[in-house]
Amino acid sequence: MVSTTQHDHELQQLEAAIAQIWDKGIELGLDPYPINFEIVPATVMYEIGSYALPGRYSHWTFGKAYHKMKMMYDFGLSRIYEVVINTNPAYAFLLEGNSLIQNKMIIAHVMAHVDFFKNNVYFSHTNRNMLDVVATHAARIREYEFKYGQKTVEAFLDAVMSIQEHIDPDFFIRRKRSQDEEERSPSPPQRPRTPYDDLFELEELHAERERVNEDEMERREPPRPEKDLVYYIMEHSPVLEPWQRDVMGMIHEEMEYFIPQMQTKILNEGWASFWHSRIMRELDLSSEEFIEFADLHAHVVSPHRGSLNPYYIGYKILEDIERRWDHPTPEEQQRFGRRAGEGRQKLFEVRELENDISFLRNYLTRELVEELDLYIYQLRDEEEWVITDKTWEHVRDQLVADMTNFGFPYIEVLDGDYNRNRELYLRHRFEGAELDLEYAQKTMEYIYKMWGRDVHLETVLDGEPVVLHFDGDEHWED
Amino acid sequence: MSVQRHDWSLQRKGYIDQQRHKERVREAIRKNLGSIVSNESIILSDGKKTVRIPIRSLDEYRFRFDHRKKKHVGQGDGHSKVGDVIGRESQGRGPGRGAGAGDRPGVDYYEAEVEIDEIAKMVFDDLHLPYLEEKKKQAIRSRQIRFNEVRRTGILTNLDKRRTILENLKRMAQETGKARMGPIRKEDLRFRTWDEDIKYESNAVVLAMMDVSGSMGEFKKYIARSFYFWMVRFLRTKYDNVKIVFISHHTEAKEVTEEEFFTQGESGGTVVSSAYRLALDIIKERYHPADWNIYPFHFSDGDNYYSDNDEAVRLADKLIATCNLFGYGEIGEEEFTSYRRASGALLSIFEERLQNKDRFVGVRIDSKEDVYPALKAFFGKRGEWV
Repeated sequence: MVSTTQHDHELQQLEAAIAQIWDKGIELGLDPYPINFEIVPATVMYEIGSYALPGRYSHWTFGKAYHKMKMMYDFGLSRIYEVVINTNPAYAFLLEGNSLIQNKMIIAHVMAHVDFFKNNVYFSHTNRNMLDVVATHAARIREYEFKYGQKTVEAFLDAVMSIQEHIDPDFFIRRKRSQDEEERSPSPPQRPRTPYDDLFELEELHAERERVNEDEMERREPPRPEKDLVYYIMEHSPVLEPWQRDVMGMIHEEMEYFIPQMQTKILNEGWASFWHSRIMRELDLSSEEFIEFADLHAHVVSPHRGSLNPYYIGYKILEDIERRWDHPTPEEQQRFGRRAGEGRQKLFEVRELENDISFLRNYLTRELVEELDLYIYQLRDEEEWVITDKTWEHVRDQLVADMTNFGFPYIEVLDGDYNRNRELYLRHRFEGAELDLEYAQKTMEYIYKMWGRDVHLETVLDGEPVVLHFDGDEHWED
Repeated sequence: MSVQRHDWSLQRKGYIDQQRHKERVREAIRKNLGSIVSNESIILSDGKKTVRIPIRSLDEYRFRFDHRKKKHVGQGDGHSKVGDVIGRESQGRGPGRGAGAGDRPGVDYYEAEVEIDEIAKMVFDDLHLPYLEEKKKQAIRSRQIRFNEVRRTGILTNLDKRRTILENLKRMAQETGKARMGPIRKEDLRFRTWDEDIKYESNAVVLAMMDVSGSMGEFKKYIARSFYFWMVRFLRTKYDNVKIVFISHHTEAKEVTEEEFFTQGESGGTVVSSAYRLALDIIKERYHPADWNIYPFHFSDGDNYYSDNDEAVRLADKLIATCNLFGYGEIGEEEFTSYRRASGALLSIFEERLQNKDRFVGVRIDSKEDVYPALKAFFGKRGEWV
């Protein structure tokens, strides 16, 4: 266990490599937080990987993920080379036994991730001391386990985690607003006079009518559809104990931290892959080292047959952007006033402003869809998966749809006092993809545990609008 | 910027939560033992130590899309065309997993890798050999020989060479002042010798009888097989001294090996009394009721030759008189309720006409889920003589 001279030598080599790569990255324009690198054995690597952050609370699902990852590693099926944590300073974990070249590539990769964490606008509100926060959460949940029993706490966590993705990604705005509201009372906004006033007046008229409707129905709760299920249930559930609301608050806070990562998977991985390849090219590698690197790089950004590799898609789009802004066509120069050689500058703009949805919508071009050979496929006659469409706009729009709400169905609270009986009425905003009925029903059972009254869910099944109900014992639909 | 390497050897969070997960798996198995005990992957495990069994309660439920009903984006190798088939939906998984309500094939569920021994332990927690009586113990001792003594005399094959040389060295040191080997004399010789441990145990024999006639189809044999699978495992794990005699019969009965018993083909009609007669003969010859606890078990579909019923009942009574417990399992048609043979079947005849019903357990098995209750009925904690 104690470090030997061989270890010392390895560490020295690695430190030298880090210094070199760091200088190169800064020179090329990257702007990361400082990074603490740490070499860890496989068991620890997979633990960090399965909890997403070291030191998080205990739950069997993490154990399940850990077991699975570890088994894949033991059988040589997959390998995590690194985990990087979005904090300031950032933490990066390298797997013990990585070769020096592997580590060099990973260091460059990690550096770009941290640059992304620091500069992408969707991360601007993430808590950079999250390790401390999750550690206190873990301690508090452990305390609750001690007080109320592990089984009780576990059962409640099961329920909360079933809806943990359903929070408002812009929650920080609401947090800020409620602070501001305490400071000043709102006054009606003043509008400058414009030629479109008649339109605005129409809108006001409409709003007026709505207000009357609202009065008739008395005050609706929530006043507007509420996307943040965790927050809503935590605040308004008639049955939760204080410790349960606390647990929900903790999970909410952790999910606020993770959601930017879920929103930028393709862009962030593409960005890191783009930069590790750029930086490695600029290092003085021997031809053997270069071959090893090329092999590894090809492994990371290779297309997956039949599915999508986010690293690969992101990487290809970024390369394409660089090319198009470095060497714009005459048409692009004329129509958009684009000048040659702006590729680098454009890339940094993209990394600052986009998330996966806007990234794909703005930069996945017809040429790329064709070059990458992307297609839409679906199940035909319940037995064959068939390619059904290759129209590039459709492919792009389907990808965007898959990224919407980070790939989860969009569910919102319409009424927290349904039937005037404090029942919970949810709506699935149907956008073409139907819910998995069994999973939806089981999730409603979990929500029932947290809400304590009947739960209703409006959705579409087999093309027909339907409302699912659960009353604590039975499911039915109409 | 820094690189570090810490001692992580005390870090065990992942491991601990893995245990929590394992505990969940175990709980789920315990709740579903009824359907698990007749799971093909176990019954046909054929010596494997672990099996994969589906455990639905370990899914992590959340709102998600039905992936079979939605469009997906994929990537080809540069030559994909509209209309290409890129995959096929596998129909169900493995044999036998019947379609329960809302049970669509291809829906992925969690499969746990479980050791059969672990499942066996849970099954057997509830089981006991009933009516385990005090029989004459001397007849059932087991001998254990342990070499644990050293003597100066003995037979040469048991010579303890190390000790003999040691004695020689000691004697030489005494005589010449130098500890080195000299000629070996008779007084140097040492021999190992043994003790006999005699353990007294109660002894049991199971007479496993199965109908292999033409009317015993795949499903029925499978049921009998799953039952005996657990019975054999149970008896062999819980008690040291258990003998099992396998008797298969159609119109005639014969004693067979365990392997033949479970793999044999089917033919002919059914004369139940033939099996009981053979069982009685075997008891008479080899397993005297004074020394042995005797457990005859018989599986059949109840389709006995009409003219044999009287004889079958008479011999069953005779068997019951000699044994601790007589078990009879009647296996119905799959997905059929019992209306068809409500009258003619052997089970109802036994229940009506047997003289001695105290030590008779009859069960009817119509589906795989009935196997576990049957095991419990046969090996329940009832009437134990402790």
